[in-house]
Amino acid sequence: MPTKKAANQFTSNSSLDSNTDESRSELLRQLVAHLRDNRTQLRQEWARRITEAKLLTAMSQDEIFAEATTIYDNYVDALQSGTFEALQTYARDLSERIIPRGVETHEVIGIVLLLRDVLARSLFAKYQHDFALLNRILDAYEPAANRIANTVAVSFVQERERTIRQQQEAIRELSTPVLQVRDRLLILPIIGVIDPQRARQLTEQLLRGIRTNRAKLVVIDITGVAAMDSNVANHLVQTVEASRLLGASVIVTGLSPEIAQTLVTIGVDLSKMNTVGDLQGGIEEAERLLGYKVVPVGDAAVEPPRR
Amino acid sequence: MEVPILKQGDFLIATIQAALTDADLLKLHYALVEQVGKHRSKGVIIDVTALDVMDSFATKTLRSLAHMVRLRGAETVICGIQPEVAFTMVQLGLTLEGISTALDLEEGLALLNQSTGKREA
Repeated sequence: MPTKKAANQFTSNSSLDSNTDESRSELLRQLVAHLRDNRTQLRQEWARRITEAKLLTAMSQDEIFAEATTIYDNYVDALQSGTFEALQTYARDLSERIIPRGVETHEVIGIVLLLRDVLARSLFAKYQHDFALLNRILDAYEPAANRIANTVAVSFVQERERTIRQQQEAIRELSTPVLQVRDRLLILPIIGVIDPQRARQLTEQLLRGIRTNRAKLVVIDITGVAAMDSNVANHLVQTVEASRLLGASVIVTGLSPEIAQTLVTIGVDLSKMNTVGDLQGGIEEAERLLGYKVVPVGDAAVEPPRR
Repeated sequence: MEVPILKQGDFLIATIQAALTDADLLKLHYALVEQVGKHRSKGVIIDVTALDVMDSFATKTLRSLAHMVRLRGAETVICGIQPEVAFTMVQLGLTLEGISTALDLEEGLALLNQSTGKREA
């Protein structure tokens, strides 16, 4: 697909030009030969410019030079063949390696544009005596170079998005368990961030749990919820309401002082909710409401388990 | 479709069997309020297990029904709301405020027995 597009780009560009396709490919060949001949010097120049611009600071000098060499070769190959698949694969692969190290999008785009600049300057230096030829060379060089910069940047961003998607998936799969602790008593410990999607999943799971376990009481523990805003509070209120429609009362436990303060400050009405300080208190309250009474039986509990 | 109203001891049980039109709902509404007085009932159970949609009109009718039944000296319990229905209702902001709810008919009866101060039959 990208190959075809690239080819189209070349032909459409050359049709604008008075040159024939042949002379264009001849120019491109010349160009590639020039870049091959000056490989060492140009990539050193490039690596120097990268360091100068303080890009890729997460990588060592040697690493930058090694990557620069590979990118350079891939770049020239792409220029020569007019196909971008290999470059694309390499860019993906590179992104996969450097994203975890904290390389930013602007750095990746920056280095590719630097290479483009370095190469263009070398072309200027070489063809400065013949302006018409320089012009034609640039005509051949620019579209391909732009296309390459484009490909690399897009690959990087795609790879990044893929990583983000994967992580989101992983978070979503961390299911929220609905646990039965006593007959008709469920607990739902919530950990992490609550977004609309998760809130929905959570509520559905809880409602299903209420039905299958014929629960009368639910203790929702939000000790593990780091922050709460009006949206999250609303989700919580909705969950409580929905549970009530199924005939189960809800006790919310584990509101930290910060969250309590936030809720009061933003004016969320939690008057409909039954709240208890911590999970233990919540379970005790629930047991009381269900008519359970916990009685210690001598000092049996301190004996080591026998088997 | 008519909704049958059964008398069970001190309570009336209305089981909705299929989706109701607004007219049916109103009919049920009047019949229940009427029969509460006729049978000197202490409680009304409306079983909505078979409903897979609960719109704003139904919610409003049930709310006013519960209110009127209370004025007539009895209590109302809605039972059998499906999880999906509950979820949708909450999303739409229909919350049946102030009305008792129960998981199913059995729970509803237990709730009424408890609140009307009688032991389970």
